[in-house]
Amino acid sequence: MPLVIDAVRMSRTLARIAHEIVERNRGVEELAFVGIRTRGVPLARRLAATVNEIAGADVPVGILDITLYRDDLMRHTVGPQPLVRLTDIPFSIDDRRILLVDDVLFTGRTIRSALDALIDFGRPKAIQLAVMVDRGHRELPIKADYVGKNLPTSRREIVNVRLQESDGIDEVTLEEPGDHHD
Amino acid sequence: MIETPTSTAAPATPGLRARHLLGIEELSAEEIVLILDTAEAMKEVGSRTVKKVPALRGRTVVNLFFEPSTRTRTSFEIAEKRLSADTLSIAVATSSVTKGETLVDTALNLEAMSPDMIVMRHASSGAAHLLSRICHARIINAGDGMHEHPTQALLDAFTIRRHKKRLAGLKVAIIGDLLHSRVLRSNVHLLGKLGANVWVSAPRTLIPPGIERLGVTATTRVEDAIADADVVMMLRIQMERMQGHFFPSLREYFTLYGLTKERLALARPDAIVMHPGPMNRGVEIASDVADGPASVILEQVSNGVAVRMAVLYLLAGGLD
Repeated sequence: MPLVIDAVRMSRTLARIAHEIVERNRGVEELAFVGIRTRGVPLARRLAATVNEIAGADVPVGILDITLYRDDLMRHTVGPQPLVRLTDIPFSIDDRRILLVDDVLFTGRTIRSALDALIDFGRPKAIQLAVMVDRGHRELPIKADYVGKNLPTSRREIVNVRLQESDGIDEVTLEEPGDHHD
Repeated sequence: MIETPTSTAAPATPGLRARHLLGIEELSAEEIVLILDTAEAMKEVGSRTVKKVPALRGRTVVNLFFEPSTRTRTSFEIAEKRLSADTLSIAVATSSVTKGETLVDTALNLEAMSPDMIVMRHASSGAAHLLSRICHARIINAGDGMHEHPTQALLDAFTIRRHKKRLAGLKVAIIGDLLHSRVLRSNVHLLGKLGANVWVSAPRTLIPPGIERLGVTATTRVEDAIADADVVMMLRIQMERMQGHFFPSLREYFTLYGLTKERLALARPDAIVMHPGPMNRGVEIASDVADGPASVILEQVSNGVAVRMAVLYLLAGGLD
């Protein structure tokens, strides 16, 4: 189970992305973070905290659950519906620059769902995407603006992003299917 | 998300086992909690400017109402539209049922048009079960005779949980026309499964024989039921179902069983007052209580949409 990113590297990576966000947006006045459930949420909170430190600002953070926008809903003929969890975006996204945050960018379908969901919330000035890992294999024309690490993978492999908030450890590992983990 | 009493026992991939929602009796505590948790997310959708998500896009839902209903039918219609389903409501007065068609024939004709789900209210107990045996579509029981009204009990539980953060250990007093009430039966099943302590009260003539077997405490002394209650739920006196005399007069009923400020003062200071509607003001509940600070009656109505969205969404799993 190869370790791709350890705790030290992850914290440096997040600091680097936070600096890039401040630089590329020439300030943070119109910025807001939206984390995609589940692991995009703690990543968005950490990025926002660092951006606030750098810029002395108070950038809001929202939570987005994309389940009701999935393009594979109703396409399974057996099995229970995916769990829907709370979306909480306690600010208007109109005319803001939205920083969408997720842990892994893979097919791009989650991001497509997130874009549809966000646009139902209002009309942001811009939407940018930050991810910890881009593992390739896109099925839609979607590209991240900020990437922690580009990680070439085979489709069979599993990328695990573990975070302190949800898993008690900061790390990214790459697994072959069939590997026993935890 | 709100802590739930049974969340630790939740299975790895939770879902509803049944294809239909016919009653609360058939649901497990875990399934009920799943519906309530899902309804929390649906409630947020209803607070947006654009109150619509694409989850049931392209699905057809028929609302088949053989009994008059404004609140429940409207609530289902709004829930279906918020999930982007195509909906169609059929009320009895305008349908061919008045021309003598049977329930089975009506259902088979609807079925021939391939709806994905049918929401049905009917005056006969067991009508939803019958429909579920002859139709391919998913059936949601919106009230069958004096049997069950599962989405009402779910929205009641959702409303209680939002206020009290739990259901287990609460004292819930249910007062009124127990005999004719499908809301009572669904609530007794649900509250029992989630560990609430249920008291029911009514004149002797309106207490269903053997109700204690469902695990409730029955009393003709309404004050005993209300004493230290966390929730006081009033049921409508269903005059249209009463063939015969169950009590001398509506005025006497109000005097002995109506929820007044004085009676409500016996409950816990933070008690909430509920009513599934429509209310008979001055019969089962005084106007100043119905409109008072403890009343959550209108919240129940708005929560109904979220709970019905959750049920529609969860039952749509595995549709082909």
